[in-house]
Amino acid sequence: MEGVPVITILYFAWLRDRLGRSSESMPLPEGARCVGDVIRSLAGREGEYQAVFGTQGGVVRCAVNQEFASPEDGVRAGDEIAFFPPVTGG
Amino acid sequence: MTIRVSVQTTIFSMDAELPRLMQGGQEAGGVGAFLGVVRGGAGLRALTLEHYPGMTESMIGRIAAEAQTRFGLSGCTIIHRVGRLTVGEPIVLVLCLAAHRAAALDATAFVMDWLKTRAPFWKREEFEDGRTAWVEAREADDIAASRWARDGRPG
Repeated sequence: MEGVPVITILYFAWLRDRLGRSSESMPLPEGARCVGDVIRSLAGREGEYQAVFGTQGGVVRCAVNQEFASPEDGVRAGDEIAFFPPVTGG
Repeated sequence: MTIRVSVQTTIFSMDAELPRLMQGGQEAGGVGAFLGVVRGGAGLRALTLEHYPGMTESMIGRIAAEAQTRFGLSGCTIIHRVGRLTVGEPIVLVLCLAAHRAAALDATAFVMDWLKTRAPFWKREEFEDGRTAWVEAREADDIAASRWARDGRPG
């Protein structure tokens, strides 16, 4: 649909397990300008979202368009926003 | 300068990777190498590695490029496996080709420290009794990586 600003959200590792999905497409929350606004919107959902993005939000990391980001970083329609725990590779 | 980055489920071979790395490295004097394997103990049976396709390759590519610039490498190979890996299986290979030993070995440590803190991989442990648990990030890895932060970090 023309004109509806949408963002893609990806979840990895235990966030995906807890939330029961690996991705979703959602309208950019009204007035949302930064990652923190998106986090607050997700934390406002019921169930696991509230736990993952509210009380445990401190350990969640994020990336915008595949670059590590912080809550102050901006978001725009069409962005790919990923949420995940601290990385444990190597 | 040859940079080779691969994220793969299949096993890798040091014998196959060495000659690839050496191409174009006529003035190189040595190769720094790290081969990581899945460490057992405490009833661990396997690890499953998940990653963020696209971002992983781009972050590893940047780490390799940073190592090349910083240590004057003439070649760098970074291979990281994903998927389910049992105890003892190879998980990561880092090869750094340089003119001298110190650069080759330092670059290898640099790449490993950054891989552990900046590449989007996550490990889930699977134990003999069927339990599974996501591995938590280690503060020691952040401290190890921070020692390289002299003039910016990859990313």
